[in-house]
Amino acid sequence: MSRLHINNARLLPLQRRTFTASALARGIRQAPDSDTVRFPGAVESRFTNELTFHRPQDVPAMPTYRYINAEGVVVDNKVQLGIDREKARKMYMDMVTTSVLDLIMFDSQRQGRISFYMVSAGEEGISVGSAAALDPDDVIYSQYREQGALMYRGYTLDEFMNQLFANKHDYGKGRNMPIHYMSERLHLHPISSTLATQIPHAVGAAYAMKLENSSNIVVCYFGEGAASEGDFHAALNIAATRDCPVVFICRNNGYAISTPTLEQYKGDGIASRGMGYGIETIRVDGNDIMAVYAATQAARKIASESQKPVLIEAMSYRVSHHSTSDDSFAYRAKVDVEEWKRRDNPITRFRKWLEVKKWWSTDEETEFRTQVRKDVLKAFAKAEKEKKPPVKDIFTDVFKETTPELLEQQEELRRVLDAYPDEYELGDFEGGRSGT
Amino acid sequence: MNSIRSIRSLSVLRQSFPLARATKILASTSSNSYSSSALSAGKRKLNHPIEFNASSYLSHTPQQCLSSPELSSAVKSTKTKRMNLYSAINDALSTILETDSKSLIFGEDVSFGGVFRCTTTLLDRFGSQRVFNTPLTEQGIMGFAIGLSASGYTALPEIQFADYLFPAFDQLHNEASKWRYRSGGAKGFNSGNLVIRMPCGAVGHGGLYHSQSPEGFFLGMQGVKVVIPRGPAQAKGLLIAAARCGDPVVFMEPKVLYRGAVEEVPVGEYTLPIGKAQVVQEGKDVTLISYGTMLYTCEAAAKAAKEKLGVDVEVIDLRTVHPWDKETVVASVNKTGRCVVVHEASRTGGIGESVGAEVQERCFLRLEAPVTRVTGWDVPMPLVFENLIIPDVARVFDGIKRTIEY
Repeated sequence: MSRLHINNARLLPLQRRTFTASALARGIRQAPDSDTVRFPGAVESRFTNELTFHRPQDVPAMPTYRYINAEGVVVDNKVQLGIDREKARKMYMDMVTTSVLDLIMFDSQRQGRISFYMVSAGEEGISVGSAAALDPDDVIYSQYREQGALMYRGYTLDEFMNQLFANKHDYGKGRNMPIHYMSERLHLHPISSTLATQIPHAVGAAYAMKLENSSNIVVCYFGEGAASEGDFHAALNIAATRDCPVVFICRNNGYAISTPTLEQYKGDGIASRGMGYGIETIRVDGNDIMAVYAATQAARKIASESQKPVLIEAMSYRVSHHSTSDDSFAYRAKVDVEEWKRRDNPITRFRKWLEVKKWWSTDEETEFRTQVRKDVLKAFAKAEKEKKPPVKDIFTDVFKETTPELLEQQEELRRVLDAYPDEYELGDFEGGRSGT
Repeated sequence: MNSIRSIRSLSVLRQSFPLARATKILASTSSNSYSSSALSAGKRKLNHPIEFNASSYLSHTPQQCLSSPELSSAVKSTKTKRMNLYSAINDALSTILETDSKSLIFGEDVSFGGVFRCTTTLLDRFGSQRVFNTPLTEQGIMGFAIGLSASGYTALPEIQFADYLFPAFDQLHNEASKWRYRSGGAKGFNSGNLVIRMPCGAVGHGGLYHSQSPEGFFLGMQGVKVVIPRGPAQAKGLLIAAARCGDPVVFMEPKVLYRGAVEEVPVGEYTLPIGKAQVVQEGKDVTLISYGTMLYTCEAAAKAAKEKLGVDVEVIDLRTVHPWDKETVVASVNKTGRCVVVHEASRTGGIGESVGAEVQERCFLRLEAPVTRVTGWDVPMPLVFENLIIPDVARVFDGIKRTIEY
């Protein structure tokens, strides 16, 4: 049995599973004629007489799961998703609403109405499709390009706008840049700009759920660039070793700002790494909302019932600029982007499927888009008019109770404001000077 | 990673060897082969080995222990037990786990009791779901802890040595410290139930990566509190308080005191105030401010200053080094008019800079000499030169003398 080479290497994970912690506790003894290595670090590894390096290029790329093809035709007839008319329409409408919100807010940043924005064009299927497969009480940790998941969960246009305009109704009290959403009501943990830091947070939160014997799980989104951070490695490893009910969803959209994946990693995407951590993994077509839904639903079941992590790598293409501070045509050809927009798009693909089922029509499309645009602009106008949070919020929430140092500094600010009243415009803040 | 791992294990062995025995042995190690010491004990007038357990800053009788005005009357009627620092920490962790069913301890090698024995017996008593090893990843430990804390759990992660906190600095600085602030104070979104424990400070032979005192780095980190106890009774009360205070706390444990400092500790549950300094010795001529292990050096220097210079030194233990207690310090310096700050950590970027600046701003009219800092030099901690870097009795005495003679 020393014929182990690359072709049967894939059998190893199955064999390894027969080994248990209790066996380790009993002690591992190596029989003299055993063909299996009993090193504690790889207990079911077989001896081989062949000096063979296992080459990544010899392992076929992990396939990309599709449920409907580019024409909107179902290609997986085995899996029944149980998506009814109402749910399918909500998924579609939330994708459209997300894209309309994105367009309007991108332009409003260009006009200087808000300071910053990031659209999710081309990735609406990943965020909406995965959120639709979750339980409303599942906890979400996200990166910053998952507004579709928030939309599906029930984050209102007013809530989006309050955060984007950093007005007094913003849950984060105007402290964070735009798109750093959060909602206690919807179990959406506050977004921070630091990439990948949320991945180990999600694992800790999942461990908490495990301790509570909850059937709920944690979902954690991140991009393929963020997966290069040390926190990704740390998190997946802990999730696996502590058996945490968490579903990692990687949005692999081909770019991290200007850096193409060719400069991000050399292996088979992010999915190939999941196996290395001992985590069940699937790669899906992120432009196929049904595939994302199916994979998330199945992953959720594994995470919840087996209490262990799952990795989903959803492939897509970032058709937009990285953010309003980025002109992506400085590092990629406009023609490529146009080609992607034309070739495949999660919204139009899903619409084809809906129209075949007669669950959506051109008339509805026109009417809905007009209505959404109106709704977004209405929320926009309302949020833009609101005051900023009161100036005292500079000093609160640093600690649970404001420290003597901070109270002194607050007093110092008041003194400066009173000494130089013409140097500061406090009219935009709730309560003006009295709000300090 | 393997080489670092083996160095850590080596360090554990070395730790347990000199520290496994009582203070006498420990005291002898401080004058033996590991680190340079120029003079023989006979010639020395100031730099005698520090006998922690002879210190008046530790409670040697139950009466001394229970007479602390900071203890509640309920605790004052309880018994005490002699404990060293690691046992007191173990006792505090046990109290936290017993009284808070949503509290957990995890880190590298905590299951078997920890490389300094701080978590010994806890796995057996509270189970592997609440006391467990993590993979060897500081950023992972910190991030995992934050996620637990934000889910309503009390996370008590251990970083094996303060020297290895730095991989977790991003999680601590950008996440834990800002979580409540960026969430607008939302009730469920903070990492306040979080105490990061880590052994710190010089130990006689820790070299570059088993000796560090990184507390100065936290001065720029708003939203996190940093506590450094000087002995077992303080460690227990402050650690229990840290777990309940609602803010993330970095709890730095001077590792040389784990076995080196022994005193009477109340057996029951009690807390000591976070954010409050303690005047451990009253005086009228100069205020000597320090924390952790250096307090014992300060005590010896204060004694020498009394004997040789007739100077009456007031000694303050900051206990919480960030944000530190301005009120107590200012009241003392306004009384004495002179201020000396002592710490092991480097001079630049250390707590002494913060204390010095605040004191000159708040006590300017009362200061009769510049604020003097006696600190580690601005160098990494080289193995054989440790004794020439950490402030010793001679250097602290000299600092007091210069301040008095100014």
